[in-house]
Amino acid sequence: MIPLQVVAILLVGVGGLAVVSARDPLRQTLLLGLYGLTLVVLFVVFQAPDVALSELVVSSVAIPFILLTALAKMRGRRPK
Amino acid sequence: MTRRARLGLFAVSGAALAGLFVWALTGLPAFGDFHGEYGRILNSVAGTERHVTNVASSVVFDYRGFDTLGEEFILFTAVMGVALLLREARDDRERPRDEVRSDAVRAVGLALVGPTVVLGLYIVAHGYLTPGGGFQGGVALAAGLVLLYAAGRYRSYRAASPQGMVDFAEGVSAGGYVAVGIAALIAGSAYLENVVDLGTKGTLAAAGTIPILNATAGLEVAAAMVLLFHEFLEEVIYPE
Repeated sequence: MIPLQVVAILLVGVGGLAVVSARDPLRQTLLLGLYGLTLVVLFVVFQAPDVALSELVVSSVAIPFILLTALAKMRGRRPK
Repeated sequence: MTRRARLGLFAVSGAALAGLFVWALTGLPAFGDFHGEYGRILNSVAGTERHVTNVASSVVFDYRGFDTLGEEFILFTAVMGVALLLREARDDRERPRDEVRSDAVRAVGLALVGPTVVLGLYIVAHGYLTPGGGFQGGVALAAGLVLLYAAGRYRSYRAASPQGMVDFAEGVSAGGYVAVGIAALIAGSAYLENVVDLGTKGTLAAAGTIPILNATAGLEVAAAMVLLFHEFLEEVIYPE
């Protein structure tokens, strides 16, 4: 295993921990997007560019969008 | 459950999980040791058999093209489910909230719309030459539209994705994939078999039916994402 691969794996570990230790859903959504980017780096470093592109669009477009709209909807419903 | 009992439960189950994890790790093949014979064979034959330079696309749209048909219809059905649940007849009595107050968001967002759409088209078009393909590029295309909403105005976004056109594109592209398979049957081959001239490897005119299926997948995914995003957005911008 080359050092770059070790760094990529560690980044993913840190990213995953950051996501589960965030308590505010909005913050967690943003962290999830960043965590997805660390996975993208991992896939690129392990020479899987096709998977990296899929992960990129899913984690930085599709999932944040669905979560953000759901959060916005819930916030609108909360009594003031 | 008291804090003490919870910690005790965690200690026991955590230790058991860690033990099983280490046990599993010791049973793994050595790092970089690849046992997938199928992958090895495809790597050596796909280039000459299908004239592709991205072997992954020949698996997705040719050797395993039938699986992709199923996957496309999973997405199609899921998005139809969302539309059935969330779509309702809304009239225009209230204007959606339409302001982007931050100049920075507006400037950066609008500057990114064009490049995102071009990148999406590029990823779709070169799916069988370089990494990427219909799925990835399709989502990128839809992302361009979402940026238009996030940084611009609801009305411009709506004008760029008229519902009738999106619905039409979704249906036609999902059906198009099926039709390509039936065309192979009419040509006297098996369903979804690559019957078109394979062209020159490394150019856009290569790989027979792979570019056609790739394009239908790109359109299908882009339309599905736009439809999905749209139904979710409507839920937010039209308060009850």
